[in-house]
Amino acid sequence: MLMTPRLGGFGSPWREMQRLRREMNEILERTLPWRTSGIAPAYPAMNVWLADEGAFVTAELPGIDANAIEISATDDTLTVRGNRPAEELPEGAVYHRRERGTGSFSRSITLPFSVDPNKVDAAYEHGVLAIRLPRAEHDKPRKITVKTA
Amino acid sequence: MAEQTNLQIQETEKQEVEQSAAEPTRTGYIFVPRTDIYETDEAIHVVCDMPGVRPDGADITLEQNMLSVSGHVEPTWPEGYSLNYAEYRIGDYERRFTLNTEVNEEAIEAKLNNGVLHITLPKMRPTRHKIAIQAAG
Repeated sequence: MLMTPRLGGFGSPWREMQRLRREMNEILERTLPWRTSGIAPAYPAMNVWLADEGAFVTAELPGIDANAIEISATDDTLTVRGNRPAEELPEGAVYHRRERGTGSFSRSITLPFSVDPNKVDAAYEHGVLAIRLPRAEHDKPRKITVKTA
Repeated sequence: MAEQTNLQIQETEKQEVEQSAAEPTRTGYIFVPRTDIYETDEAIHVVCDMPGVRPDGADITLEQNMLSVSGHVEPTWPEGYSLNYAEYRIGDYERRFTLNTEVNEEAIEAKLNNGVLHITLPKMRPTRHKIAIQAAG
């Protein structure tokens, strides 16, 4: 980080340090996505299954009212939104332990292909949300024939 | 209620049960279900988040003031798909609680809805014995 005559003497000596710091931050963000930033981890956790015909996304969402879950799929983005209100306790009730989260959540994930929003199907059973997203027609891989002379 | 594990509320990842010296006979994960416990005048309520557990897969036993809750999850894989990205693992649930209040065992109720198990443990009414005094002499 010494300023040599080749650099022409431009810039402060800290510029190299700042560039290094920026690069280190980027590397850390890639390997430890949520811990370094102060943002809460994404909820709900999702598992994505893929096949040629489409995607299948599952999420564990216990205790949610099925009618209140909003699922929207546009192009290659799936958004799940919902709310779990805190249980109303009778008067004089005391909490010994409180670990279950409450509140509203919203999560978007990007899929590797576009999906057909009209054919998206979702089921909520035993606290697990399962969404089937068929691949959009225009995004299906097309077989390209190779012409031989 | 005294209990060994302490769950961090900020962690949304599932926490595995600490392995004791005795290993489970099946392979697979066992997780600690997040639980709310609250007490009213009449009963103690234990609410566990166990997504993926059917009502016949849940098991609740009360033995000498120790409440054991376990839930079995049958994983279902969609046909023809392969797992591309996983943020959570699928496994059974297990947790034990020690009750410090006398509970009326006959009247315990449990409901499992949408993966949430709600156990109501009515507190034992203190029985009052009226003792008759026999006149001596």
